[in-house]
Amino acid sequence: MGSDSNNFISEYTSGEYKYGFHTEIDTEFAPIGLTEETIRYISARKNEPEFMLGYRLKAYRHWLTLKMPTWAHLEIPPIDFQDIIYYAAPKRKPELSSLDEVDPELLETFNKLGISLDEQKKLAGVAVDAVVDSVSVKTTFSETLSKYGIIFCSFSEAVQKHPDLVKQYMGSVVPYTDNFFAALNSAVFSDGSFCYIPKDVRCPIELSTYFRINAANTGQFERTLIVADEGAYVSYMEGCTAPQRDENQLHAAVVEIVALKDAEVKYSTVQNWYPGDKEGRGGIFNFVTKRGICKGSNAKISWTQVETGSAITWKYPSCILLGDNSVGEFYSVAVTNNHQQADTGSKMLHVGRNTRSTIISKGISAGKSNNSYRGLVRISKNAVNSRNYSQCDSLLLGDKCGAHTFPYIQTENKSSIVEHEATTSKISEDQLFYCQQRGIDTENAVGLIVNGYAKEVLKKLPMEFAVEAQKLLSISLEGSVG
Amino acid sequence: MLLKITNLHASIKGKEILKGIDLEVNKGEIHAIMGPNGTGKSTLASVIAGKDEFEVTEGEILYNAKNLMTLSVEERAREGIFLGFQYPVEIPGVSMTNFMRTAVNEIRKYRGLDPLSAGEFLKMMEEKKKLVEITSNLTNRSVNEGFSGGEKKRNEIFQMAMLEPTLAILDETDSGLDIDALRVVANGVNKLRTPENAFVVITHYQRLLEYIIPDFVHVLFEGRIVKSGGKELALELEEKGYDWIKQQH
Ligand SMILES: Nc1ncnc2c1ncn2[C@@H]1O[C@H](COP(=O)(O)OP(=O)(O)O)[C@@H](O)[C@H]1O
Ligand SMILES: [Mg+2]
Repeated sequence: MGSDSNNFISEYTSGEYKYGFHTEIDTEFAPIGLTEETIRYISARKNEPEFMLGYRLKAYRHWLTLKMPTWAHLEIPPIDFQDIIYYAAPKRKPELSSLDEVDPELLETFNKLGISLDEQKKLAGVAVDAVVDSVSVKTTFSETLSKYGIIFCSFSEAVQKHPDLVKQYMGSVVPYTDNFFAALNSAVFSDGSFCYIPKDVRCPIELSTYFRINAANTGQFERTLIVADEGAYVSYMEGCTAPQRDENQLHAAVVEIVALKDAEVKYSTVQNWYPGDKEGRGGIFNFVTKRGICKGSNAKISWTQVETGSAITWKYPSCILLGDNSVGEFYSVAVTNNHQQADTGSKMLHVGRNTRSTIISKGISAGKSNNSYRGLVRISKNAVNSRNYSQCDSLLLGDKCGAHTFPYIQTENKSSIVEHEATTSKISEDQLFYCQQRGIDTENAVGLIVNGYAKEVLKKLPMEFAVEAQKLLSISLEGSVG
Repeated sequence: MLLKITNLHASIKGKEILKGIDLEVNKGEIHAIMGPNGTGKSTLASVIAGKDEFEVTEGEILYNAKNLMTLSVEERAREGIFLGFQYPVEIPGVSMTNFMRTAVNEIRKYRGLDPLSAGEFLKMMEEKKKLVEITSNLTNRSVNEGFSGGEKKRNEIFQMAMLEPTLAILDETDSGLDIDALRVVANGVNKLRTPENAFVVITHYQRLLEYIIPDFVHVLFEGRIVKSGGKELALELEEKGYDWIKQQH
C-alpha cells in the first residue's frame, strides 16, 4: 500500500472502472436462448464425449423444474434466460501450442489487464489459465508443471485428455441438483480450469485463472475443478473483469474442490467484475456456487475472497469437513459501493470428528449499496469435539448503505464449540481528520483505513494478489466519503 | 510573519467558542497558550488545522500570507502546519510505517519532490526515532492502537519530527506524562526548533515550560486571549491559579 497505492489512485482519480474496455475479437456465438439444442451445440463445439452431453442434459432437465431462489437479501430484476447467449468463443485455431497462435488482439487485452501470458516475461512463479467468454485461450507453465505430474489445463482439455478424473470428481461436491444456478451451469458451462495435484506433491508455483467476459449479451458459465490427492498442496488464485455495458450480464460459475487425506488447497479470489455505473445501470450478476470437501482426515481447504465488483453477488464458498481433524477456513472482504448488492458468506458443514472451521468476514458498504453476510455453521452429531469461530464485521461509509448479518448455527452435539462475533462500525470523522492533518487526502485516507480494517483477510492472500487487492479496495471506494 | 490571526470567531453547532482571537507568530518563536479547561484551546488548534465541524463566523487566519480558509485540511498540512493531537485516534490495521510513508510522500508530492524509496524512508524513520528518543517498536504497530497515553504523545512528537512542519501546534502533549516522557517531548521540540519554524504549545500546566522556554505566553479564557506576556506570565499563573484570571473577567 502506501505510496504505490497513492500513485495508483492519482492515476485513476476519476474513479471509473478501469477494466471497462471491450476488444474487437472475431467471436463465434451459439444461437441466442436456451434449449436442448443449445446444449447439444455447446457439447458438439467442444467435441465432448457422450457422458458429458448426458450430464448436461440431465442438469438442463432438472433446471427446468427449478425457480430462481429468492431467499437472499437481494433485489434481483427478472432475468430472461432466453435472451442470453450461452456460448461465445474467440475464433482461433483449435490447438494452441505456442503464444504466436493466440489472437494478438486477445494478447493485447490481457496486457491491458496487466496479465502477461508470455511465459518468459511472467512474474516468476505464477501459472495462468486465461478464460475469455466461454473459452480458455491459453494456459501457461503447463509443461513445467507436468514434470511434477500436476495437471493444470482448461476444463475442456481435461474432458478430452483426462475424462476419467473429470468423470470421477465433477459434480461430486456440487451436484447439478444443488441449486438453480448450479443446475444452469452444469447444463451450459463452457470452460474453466482443471487442476490435479498428485499424491504428496507440493505444487511449486501459484496457479491462477483469469476470467474475462468480452462479448456482449453473453453469460459466462465457467466451471473449475481442483483435486488435491493425498498429502498434496496447491495455492490457486482467480481473478475476473468484464467490459462496461449498460445491460446486465450473467455469470454463474461452479467451483469444486476435493482435498483428500492430508491435502491442502488454498483458493483465493479477487472478484472485480464490472459493478455497474453510479446510477446502478449495468454490471455483472455474479451467482456462484463454490464448495470444497475435505474428504480425508487432516485435509484443509481455505477460501480467501476479495469481492469488489459485480452489480449483484450471490456467493457462499463452503467447506464440507468430512474427514476427521479436517479444517475449513473462509476469509472474506466484500465491498459494495453505489448501487451494488452483495449477499455472501460461507457454509461450514462439520461431519468428521475434531473438525475445525474459521470464518472471518469483513463487509464494507458505501453509497446506496447493500451488503449482507450469510453464514451457516452446522455441526452434525458425529462431529464431536469440533469447533467453529466466526467473526463478521461490517464497516459503513455514509448513512445510505446497509449492512446485514444472517448467521445460522446448528449444533447437534454437546462437545463442540461454536463462537460467533459480530461488529458494525463507521469510519469516524476523527480518523479522517487525523489522516488529513498529516497531509493525506480523503480518498487516500479512506483507502488506508479500509485496508487496515481488512488486513486480517488481505494478509491471507498470496503476495501477487495482495498488492492488487489493496489497490482495488481503495479504488472501488473512491468518491464514497466527503 | 508566519501566522496572523485577526478577530477570529468560531462556533460549533451554533455555539460560539472562539470570541475574537488575535495572535501573531513569527518564525523562530515559541508561543505557549494556557488556560482553564473548556475555554477553547483545542478549538483554536482545530480551527487552524481546518476541522470543518467548526464554523468560522468572523475574522481571518493568514499563514505565510495565505488565507487559510481557502485551503483544505490536507493542503494546510502540506503547507507545513502540524497538529499534535490532545487525543490521538487509533487506526486499526494501519501500520505506523505505512501511515507515515503515505503522509511523507503526499507532502513531498505537493512540494514537487519525488517519493522516498522504501530504503530512504526507513532510514529517515530510524534517524527521527533516534532524534526523539523513541526506542520501542512503535512504528511496527498500528497507528496508536493499544498505545498507552504516554506512547500516544511520544508518537505525536515522532510524527512531528518526520513531517518537519513550519508551524507545529502541540495540544496538551504534556498532559498525563511522567517526567521522563515530558522530557522526551520537550527535547523533541528543542531539537526540532530552527529559526525557520515556530511552535505553539498548548498546555494546562506550567511544568512543560520549564523544559520548553516560550518566547510568549498567552492566556486563553472563555474564547478570548485575555493576557499575553513573556515566560514569567506562566509562573505568575502557576502561582495565582486560574481563579486569578477568572476574577478579572
Ligand atoms: N465537538 C464538539 N461539540 C460540541 N461542543 C464542543 C465540541 N468540541 C468542543 N466543544 C465545546 O467547546 C468548548 C471549548 O472546548 P475545547 O476547545 O476543547 O477547550 P479546551 O481545549 O480549552 O479545554 C467547550 O465548552 C466544549 O464543550
Ligand atoms: Mg483541549
